[in-house]
Amino acid sequence: MSRKVLLIEDEPNITEAIRFLLTREGWQVETHAEGTDAVQVILAAEPDLVILDVMLPGKSGMDVLRDLREHENMARLPVLMLTARGQSRDREMAENAGVSRFMTKPFSNSEVLTAVRDLHAQASQS
Amino acid sequence: MRDTLTGSRIRERRQISGLRQAELARQVGISASYLNLIEHNRRRIGGKLLVDIAAALAVEPSVLTQGIEATLISALREAAADAVGQKAEVDGLDEFAGRFPGWAGVLAQMHSRVVSLERTVETLADRLTHDPQIAASMHEVLSTAAAIRSTAAILAEPGEIGAEWRDRFHKNLHQDAERLAESSKALVAYLDDSESADDKSGIPLEEAEAFFAGQGHHFPEIEQGQDAGQISLDDLDSGAAKTVAREMLAVYAADAAAMPLDQLRDALAGQEVDPLKLAARFSVDLPTVLRRLAFLPKDLLPQPAGLAICDASGSVLFYKPVPGFALPRHGEACPLWPLFTALNRPLVPLRKRITQLGRTIAEFECYAIAWPQAVTGFDADPVYRSVMLVLPTESALPARSDASEVGTSCRICPRNQCETRREPSILSEGF
Repeated sequence: MSRKVLLIEDEPNITEAIRFLLTREGWQVETHAEGTDAVQVILAAEPDLVILDVMLPGKSGMDVLRDLREHENMARLPVLMLTARGQSRDREMAENAGVSRFMTKPFSNSEVLTAVRDLHAQASQS
Repeated sequence: MRDTLTGSRIRERRQISGLRQAELARQVGISASYLNLIEHNRRRIGGKLLVDIAAALAVEPSVLTQGIEATLISALREAAADAVGQKAEVDGLDEFAGRFPGWAGVLAQMHSRVVSLERTVETLADRLTHDPQIAASMHEVLSTAAAIRSTAAILAEPGEIGAEWRDRFHKNLHQDAERLAESSKALVAYLDDSESADDKSGIPLEEAEAFFAGQGHHFPEIEQGQDAGQISLDDLDSGAAKTVAREMLAVYAADAAAMPLDQLRDALAGQEVDPLKLAARFSVDLPTVLRRLAFLPKDLLPQPAGLAICDASGSVLFYKPVPGFALPRHGEACPLWPLFTALNRPLVPLRKRITQLGRTIAEFECYAIAWPQAVTGFDADPVYRSVMLVLPTESALPARSDASEVGTSCRICPRNQCETRREPSILSEGF
């Protein structure tokens, strides 16, 4: 069965590049560009992994993550968070919200791919 | 004593001229041992001998006798006081400046530059952290850079990718490069504009404060009874700034009506400023007095007066600076300012001597009080605001031992042993 990643990012060209990279790796990639209804989209898509931008229109990625973790069976869903703010306090805030991995922009393709592979492997083992 | 340094200057000049002590002594007809005593400031010198030595050294006598400029000594004292981890020999300061005026000047100049750069860092650190426009611009730049990096890396990979993907990525790269150029230009233009005197940052509070500063924080028309609503706000760009300024002007007008200028002139004539006495005399509350004192013309209150008003969240609602008094524009201020501690004890008037650290040390007499902004109904929680009047103390007076130390914000505060510290200071890392 195909592994599914849901990419929630409002920068279309970042979305396109990541979609290309992950599709090539055999992932089924779904995308979304809004924060407001992001939790509902995640619940409906049932992905194996979420890549979540912090600065989203309507609702921040931090709030999306906090709300997501309150849902049943969503406590362990791997979430890779992307942000342009890499200060320690942002990282701490993300960890408190329940992030699985935190990555600052501009990231490299290999960093994203490695993080996705690691997170998926960890989730599969648990 | 400055005049006892003539000998040091003679020695310095002789060495610059490359003359040996014995040679100079012979030229002016004294013994080398006597010149040695003069050069070590153990013998006073004047009259014909001074003129002869000056001639032998090819300088004006005044160059040898002239005292060191007080400003240079003062600047060196400030540099010594600000030094971190290095204790300067303050007792030998006059001698140092007398013997090495050039080096002393360089040190004073360097210290002045460090102070100026610290101020710039302070402003920029605050802006970079909290200015919403810079934060948005930086996000735009970094997101575009991320897209470019990712796309370019895909195109640079060895091996073929499909023509459709390749064309799409080329188009994306072009789009992102254009975006990056535009957003970078916009960011630079914004930062450049911020340096200009006509800075309009787009933040309503700052715009309104700049408007007040442009008027010298004083409105003669309102003092003469004109309606505050008739003051022109055409210089303000945004509607939000106009609303904020209008509210501030309404408060100003109410304070001016409660404490008319002519009566205040009598009350302040020859008197030390005493806010509580003024409150009693005019039958007004203390916040009114503190605000009013900050907005008086110089002929009534010659000394500069700073003011800060905040709400219960600590957000600064109005800020009138005075030299040396610095509050961050966008929050994260030092919680030790009486402006904030007053919120712990509403309606209790505070008077506190404050030393602000972080640059050339400045001392202030601060008066503060927190008061309920409005009573909204029975059993409703009161919403407090706090106001603080900041009066610089006479710089000639020695620092008081009972003065409390405060910073501006943790990031640029050198006071490391502080129970309220939120984050390490960049100054402690050797800035």
